[in-house]
Amino acid sequence: MTELRKGEEQRSSETVEAGGTAEHLDQRGHAHHLAPHEEVDQVTTAVPSDPMAFVGGSGEGDLALVYESGVELKARSQWSYAARRFARHKLAMGGAIGMFFIALVAIFADRVAPYPYDTLDFNALRVPPTTEGQHYFGTDLLGRDFFSRVVYGLRTSLWVALLITGLTTMIGVAIGATAGYFGGLIDNLLMRFTDLILTLPTLAVLLVASIYLGQGDPFRVALILAALFWTGIARIVRGTFLSLREKEFVEAAKASGAGDARIIIRHMLPNAVGPIIVSATLIVAAAILVEAALSFLGFGIQPPTPALGVLIDEGRNEGLKFWWMVTFPGLVIVFIALCINFIGDGLRDALDPTQRRVRD
Amino acid sequence: MLTFILRRLLYSIPVLIAASFMIFVFVAKSSDPLSFLRMQPRVDQQTVQRIIEREHLDESVFVRYGYWAKDAVTDRFGTTLLGDRPIWPDLVRVMGNTAQLVIAAELLAVLFAVFIGVYSAVRQYSAFDYSFTTLSFLGLATPVFWLALMLQVLVVTVFLEYDIRIFYISNLSSVNPDNFLLDRIQHLALPVLVLTVASVAQYSRYMRAAMLEVINSDYVRTARAKGLSERSVIMKHAFRNALIPLTTVVALNLGTVLGGAVVTETVFSLDGMGLYFINNLVEGDPYPVMAWLMVTAVMIVFFNLVADIVYGFLDPRVRYD
Repeated sequence: MTELRKGEEQRSSETVEAGGTAEHLDQRGHAHHLAPHEEVDQVTTAVPSDPMAFVGGSGEGDLALVYESGVELKARSQWSYAARRFARHKLAMGGAIGMFFIALVAIFADRVAPYPYDTLDFNALRVPPTTEGQHYFGTDLLGRDFFSRVVYGLRTSLWVALLITGLTTMIGVAIGATAGYFGGLIDNLLMRFTDLILTLPTLAVLLVASIYLGQGDPFRVALILAALFWTGIARIVRGTFLSLREKEFVEAAKASGAGDARIIIRHMLPNAVGPIIVSATLIVAAAILVEAALSFLGFGIQPPTPALGVLIDEGRNEGLKFWWMVTFPGLVIVFIALCINFIGDGLRDALDPTQRRVRD
Repeated sequence: MLTFILRRLLYSIPVLIAASFMIFVFVAKSSDPLSFLRMQPRVDQQTVQRIIEREHLDESVFVRYGYWAKDAVTDRFGTTLLGDRPIWPDLVRVMGNTAQLVIAAELLAVLFAVFIGVYSAVRQYSAFDYSFTTLSFLGLATPVFWLALMLQVLVVTVFLEYDIRIFYISNLSSVNPDNFLLDRIQHLALPVLVLTVASVAQYSRYMRAAMLEVINSDYVRTARAKGLSERSVIMKHAFRNALIPLTTVVALNLGTVLGGAVVTETVFSLDGMGLYFINNLVEGDPYPVMAWLMVTAVMIVFFNLVADIVYGFLDPRVRYD
């Protein structure tokens, strides 16, 4: 590490004028000979303006190919290639459409739900699912419309899951980037800490944490879950950073006097965006499932806030005789988790071809 | 090899100590296990004071950790804080029950998963492959507790409608059963099924991926090229190597699951590790919770080590350094 630094100091005096663009040369150097002449039907800029265009790909064949003959092919950024690969993945597109629908329901919960989630109706106690009075999912023991409760529960659960994912990604990226960029002792300490967290039985620690840190508040629940979930993303980011650290464009950025924070955020992080997005997507599904289990056990979100796990627990307390109260919230969870897993698979194939789980 | 094992074991000791201290502080600092006792009108101040002195609750958390560690090492985790009841016998009992559940489920899961994975890979893109891929996706998206509840709903409905009782939905055994083994199976069938489904969904994907990779490898092509029968190629050459990744996954999973299938045991009220943990957590008694966490953490560390050793044994290319 120290030797590397010394080398950079020497070099920085030599290459001051190359400075800011050195990194671009490294990645895009071979794309700079734009041919000036010709019958081109689609003229596009060869150099994508967006640095994220180079995320997670092979790098070759993605730039505009300018042949000697002067025929210019259309340049597509990595993102548009990724989008095309994703669009070709049928299950992933199905999942995306499903989640779009779910998101609409969650956002417009107050318009979708025929009743408020807490209005009692003593003339309609424990009604099985029926179209009469719009009780599509029946009513519970207090006559509250169960469809409306599921819709609002969906909103809570989805919101918490997104919160967890956001927090997890932030913690994971921060720790992984620090460990991977600085290496040495910091890396060692942070990774041992990660090992420590992986040694602990996850669900048990979640339960202990939620009972002692207070439960019920969705934000707290999200914080507790995120405090345990970040290890996966941290490892991925660290791995990417360890390999990027030695790359020439990072050296060039250092040579031109960029600070650590700038190098991490502007130069290295964009290269890790693909894997981060993939694992963040899968965390949404895991978060939905774990939050539901936690709330079901009574350690997560507390009634009267409707969340999907809470609703299932209410159904269970009714002695399982009213099947609709257990069935519908669970079906919604399965649907969401399924859609997100499909999206995650599609994104993995699209953004992160090296990490495909199944080769087929 | 021996140095590798020794080094890993030595390395896990500070990890376990750090983990136990972290959780002890967490549990001890932020809860008052006596609050429940203080609210009881029949319990006088003297009793509470006696417990405080006996358990050194008035000392600093570091001293308390020291007392706890001494008990854990010399007295098999000592006694519970509230009832002064020995912890170890209870732990042994619930461990035995959890082991019955988990070992049965994992054995079934491995059998099914290996068959499904191998067959899906050999007949890639067949109807069989597609249906089991879909099923495993469904299995991965289904919350374990919900699956358990749905089975219970089914059994309860059948019982209420037709008065037929094949399976029980709670506890481990009936009072004075005629046939102990049959009774135990009737009780364990549903929880085992739930755990099996969850594991099969995961394992069969690994098995399929591993098998596909092996089938497409060079040495399998060589085996075919020299004229071996397809059966011999698959069973003798491909299958055995494809099992290697699965052993690691199963070993790692065993470590976690033996700590108690918390959710499954809660839903089916099984007197296992998971329920023991939850009950003591709710009561706010830190010592059984700590004992449980330590036993589980040791098992996770142990099975991680087993996974590495078995892997090296099955795949001689792996070298320990």
